[in-house]
Amino acid sequence: MTAEARLGQVANYVDERTGAAAWMKKNLQKVFPDHWSFLLGEVALYSFIILLLSGTFLTFWFDPSQREVIYEGSYAPLEGIKMSAAYASTLHISFEVRGGLLMRQIHHWAALIFMAAIVAHLMRVFFTGAFRKPREGNWIIGVGLLTLGIVEGFLGYSLPDDLLSGTGIRIAEAIIQAIPVVGSYLAYFAFGGAFPGEAFIPRIYTVHVLLLPGAFLALITAHLMLVWYQKHTQYPGPGRTEKNVVGYPLMPVYMAKAGGFFFIVFGVIAFLSAVASINPIWLYGPYTPGQISAGSQPDWYMGWLDGLVRMAPPLESHYFGYTVSWNILIPGLIVPGILFTGMALYPFIESWITGDKREHHLLDRPRNAPNRTALGAMSITFMIVALINGGNDIIATHFDLSINQIMWGTRFGIFILPPIAFVVTKRLCLSLQRADRELVLHGRETGRLLRLPHGEFVEVHEPISPEKAYLLTSHEQAPALELPEVDGRGVKRAGAIRNKIRSRMSVAHSEAIPKVSADDLKEIEH
Amino acid sequence: MSNEIEAIKDPGLPAHVHRKADHDPVAAKRAERQVAILFGISAIGTLLLIFSYIFIPDDVFIFIPVMGDQNAHQLGLGLGMAISLFFIGMGAIHWAKTLMPDQEVIAHRHEFRSPDSDRKEFVQAVKDGAGAAGLGRRSLIKRSLGAALGLSALSPILLLRDLGPLPGNELEKTTWKSGTHLVTDPGNRRIKASDLEVGAVAQVLPEIEDPEHRPLSDIAKDAVLLIRLRPDEFNLDADRLAMTHEGIIAFSKICSHMGCAVALYEQQTKHLLCPCHQSTFDVTRAAKVIFGPAARPLPQLDITVDGEGYLVARNPFSEPVGPSFWERDSR
Repeated sequence: MTAEARLGQVANYVDERTGAAAWMKKNLQKVFPDHWSFLLGEVALYSFIILLLSGTFLTFWFDPSQREVIYEGSYAPLEGIKMSAAYASTLHISFEVRGGLLMRQIHHWAALIFMAAIVAHLMRVFFTGAFRKPREGNWIIGVGLLTLGIVEGFLGYSLPDDLLSGTGIRIAEAIIQAIPVVGSYLAYFAFGGAFPGEAFIPRIYTVHVLLLPGAFLALITAHLMLVWYQKHTQYPGPGRTEKNVVGYPLMPVYMAKAGGFFFIVFGVIAFLSAVASINPIWLYGPYTPGQISAGSQPDWYMGWLDGLVRMAPPLESHYFGYTVSWNILIPGLIVPGILFTGMALYPFIESWITGDKREHHLLDRPRNAPNRTALGAMSITFMIVALINGGNDIIATHFDLSINQIMWGTRFGIFILPPIAFVVTKRLCLSLQRADRELVLHGRETGRLLRLPHGEFVEVHEPISPEKAYLLTSHEQAPALELPEVDGRGVKRAGAIRNKIRSRMSVAHSEAIPKVSADDLKEIEH
Repeated sequence: MSNEIEAIKDPGLPAHVHRKADHDPVAAKRAERQVAILFGISAIGTLLLIFSYIFIPDDVFIFIPVMGDQNAHQLGLGLGMAISLFFIGMGAIHWAKTLMPDQEVIAHRHEFRSPDSDRKEFVQAVKDGAGAAGLGRRSLIKRSLGAALGLSALSPILLLRDLGPLPGNELEKTTWKSGTHLVTDPGNRRIKASDLEVGAVAQVLPEIEDPEHRPLSDIAKDAVLLIRLRPDEFNLDADRLAMTHEGIIAFSKICSHMGCAVALYEQQTKHLLCPCHQSTFDVTRAAKVIFGPAARPLPQLDITVDGEGYLVARNPFSEPVGPSFWERDSR
């Protein structure tokens, strides 16, 4: 019997027991558009699966306990040293369990790549406007996954209880303790008493391996079901409209490509883990609150937060015998809270500005939404300045700079550079639009110079293909909202200030170089 | 919206370009062989992993240019696994790209919004349901239900109460008492002023009965740094100067910002630097904050010597050590 016939029998078996034939048929032929940037979310998904697999392996040997033990393993430099069972078992996984170190490395590399893929995927979704109606809900789920990822990653690298990660927990404790009114109570509840105690690692272990992975699975399932149900967005181009999806069917092409891509991601992570060792906890030593190593750095996705904390001015207020630590609250809780809330609400903010309540399935080219692209560039600049300051000690030692200069540079830079990035990006987008217009009107520069009979030199332009010309002119250029301050009867409208803000933002949002119109083309023919 | 008349008509999907393997059986056969070779390389990777697992001892190091000495066992396992996984993926994708149909297909998409009649009925059904339950009229039920739900949410919060003890004034207390000896960490030996040379730094802890079982939570508050300067290098008021002994000054080692160990001492400038967030304290001016996010100086411990010349604390810390908290009186 051929493979086709056997698979056919399987399909028959399934349908006789579920009656799913119609649904399965439709979904096996589901069309997925193809573009490299659609793989970013896939990288995140596959890293998550790799995290589940490698993490399960690690749980077989990891002992999440802060019970004090004396190390007697094979790593000689730490022999006879007092440490927690968590740290000792991590050493055991690294040195005695064959393949254990590789799995630890895979788990950690996969976590770093998981977060990087989420951030890259988020940027792709943002810059192409994929979050617009009807996908606002999925955007919020995505922001939730990003937030959970940061927490999960932090808890994960805190588990080994080494000197570096213990310092990270100490900082987390200080943030909890700084919360007004209830801070010291929350810290005592979280740690089962005074820091560090013996309760925290077992507790975050449960959160790390059960609670948050469960939340991840639920959110990722919802995320993918929505992608499936709403169908994937696609880039604009010939033949692609708001009413169709152009791509490859799930079975077999997309299955083979996506399945193969899982193995490629896994293979690349295994390769990195084989050749590039990260988090060598045996070099750090066990945690004790009285010691620290120079150059203490969190993982990269926490770096911006650390950078904000580092650049905070030394502000502490004192009211009626009570203390408010602004130097911790502002960078540690308030600014991240504002950033993430703003990010989650952005689809609604943009649709309020544009007044656009229609469905969108064709993506924007980032240059055609200059305001949004500039806002994204501004946010990225903010994060990069914060991240640079998060590594200011490392940068200072590697590049022979003064740490004080870097700190002051970023203290000013965090306010000055993002607006500059906004303006520059917006100008760049408009210039690119202008270039697109030129291209449609006058064609491509060929680089061939021609000397005319009367001596003048001209460059020969070649018309671009109709496909390209269509791509460069098919986008929509919506005019700004018109919100007159007074209504038809000359009465001032309610919410005048709100309307004013809205129309100002709407004008800024709709700024564009007029794309080539039918009239333009006609004019050029004559 | 604007631009109702498109300048350029949609030319439609570009014509499909056939691949060589679509019409040339030789090319198709070649593609099939390539896929099989890729899967074969993956199998070799698995063999490398098995070989490394069983036959390479874990103490063999090999030199690899750029990377330096590498543990052969770990490298063999990792590379074997990487190769076995990566080439399965490469094979599958090569298969999809060369031999599976590459004709793009078009599926239609419909607006999610239902027809107006359905929407009307749906909204009506919701309204009817709510009306049947009397949500609009029976406000007593609505309010009491809301109150009950809200109250019931208190129980899990209450049940979490036993996660930890109440802090009381523990955050404000350390083990240091008047007359507590300073002992070295590590080593647990009492120290004399003469043990510290000018310019030297030492970490000390309070002497306790059972130093073998000193809780980490005590170290997190008790750790103290001793620094010896020439007495004329200090720039202190009389009270603070009286807390030093022969040029030895003692500060809490727990950062007043976020509790990291303030472990970096720069002998030239006499600055203490916290490696976590770079708060910098000037030792000569009672650990005044001269840079970084810390808002308060490190608390200073009042030290003197006992009859035998060993360093002891004259008084406990006069303020809480470590990071701020709400109840802390920071004045």
